[in-house]
Amino acid sequence: MRDALVVAGKSYSSRLLVGTGKYRDFAETRAAVEASGAQIVTVAIRRTNIGQNRNEPSLLDALPPSRFTYLPNTAGCYSAADAVRTLRLARELLDGHDLVKLEVLGDPQTLYPNMPETLAAAETLVNEGFKVMVYCSDDPIQAQMLEKIGCVAVMPLASLIGSGMGILNPWNLQLILEKVNVPVLVDAGVGTASDAAIAMELGCDGVLMNTAIAAARDPVLMATAMRKAVEAGREAYLAGRMPKKLYSATPSSPTEGKIAPKAA
Amino acid sequence: MNGKAHSFESPLGIGALLSRLELTGKKIAVERNGEIVPKSAHAETMIRDGDQLEIVVAVGGG
Repeated sequence: MRDALVVAGKSYSSRLLVGTGKYRDFAETRAAVEASGAQIVTVAIRRTNIGQNRNEPSLLDALPPSRFTYLPNTAGCYSAADAVRTLRLARELLDGHDLVKLEVLGDPQTLYPNMPETLAAAETLVNEGFKVMVYCSDDPIQAQMLEKIGCVAVMPLASLIGSGMGILNPWNLQLILEKVNVPVLVDAGVGTASDAAIAMELGCDGVLMNTAIAAARDPVLMATAMRKAVEAGREAYLAGRMPKKLYSATPSSPTEGKIAPKAA
Repeated sequence: MNGKAHSFESPLGIGALLSRLELTGKKIAVERNGEIVPKSAHAETMIRDGDQLEIVVAVGGG
């Protein structure tokens, strides 16, 4: 596979990972995921409705696990213990599937990661054989700590979850990219296609998003835009951009053979 | 069970409980008193008075 994203030894042709929350229904979820081209989709683990809607359609029918790589998350967990418990349930639910997204939140207003709890949970999960992709702050030192623990990918926020504020600190993302050898994915904060392209142009290995697609007026069209943006940003990164110059002393057109006189 | 009290008139295993809830064969996971009960052990695991059960599914999330 050409220019594949490799996470925990497995190759993916798509560098766009998408969430499955906040859609109108499973049909829209499915259509948006298809349009995004994503191969890895995040899911949450929640209590089943006892005795209600027994024949209600399930997410697993809309997005068959045979076609998509599920990435169960720990959304809503505020402690290492809750996150670990949630992912043990996820592994049981998904028949031993061990690729997971760890996120331990700090407070409900910002959903900013609680890094001490995140580090503690990562340690436990790695010891239990989980392959941990981890949502984290954009702190290069803590990203290195997560890599050292054995996380298979670090996923710093670009701005707050669900905010759509875009890439607020490209410099920190670049520091992480320089320091960390596992894949670095922007998780959270992307609002529109250019944000995803900027993340990829910086050299990020991928982008994970949910609200940017689900909360667009036309989610399926935005999913298509995001697929193109991630691909374009990746290609621009690989192509190597021209240097920025305040003035260009080299016109693109020939300077010989002009019919008008030279500039004074 | 999932945070609510339930009572049953006779001893019940987890497998029988899932069957009663029409959850047999569904993609679910069961935890009893904080410990996973693997699918392979559902049939033989009897529920005791006061057990805390969690039955979870995968739902849309980011």
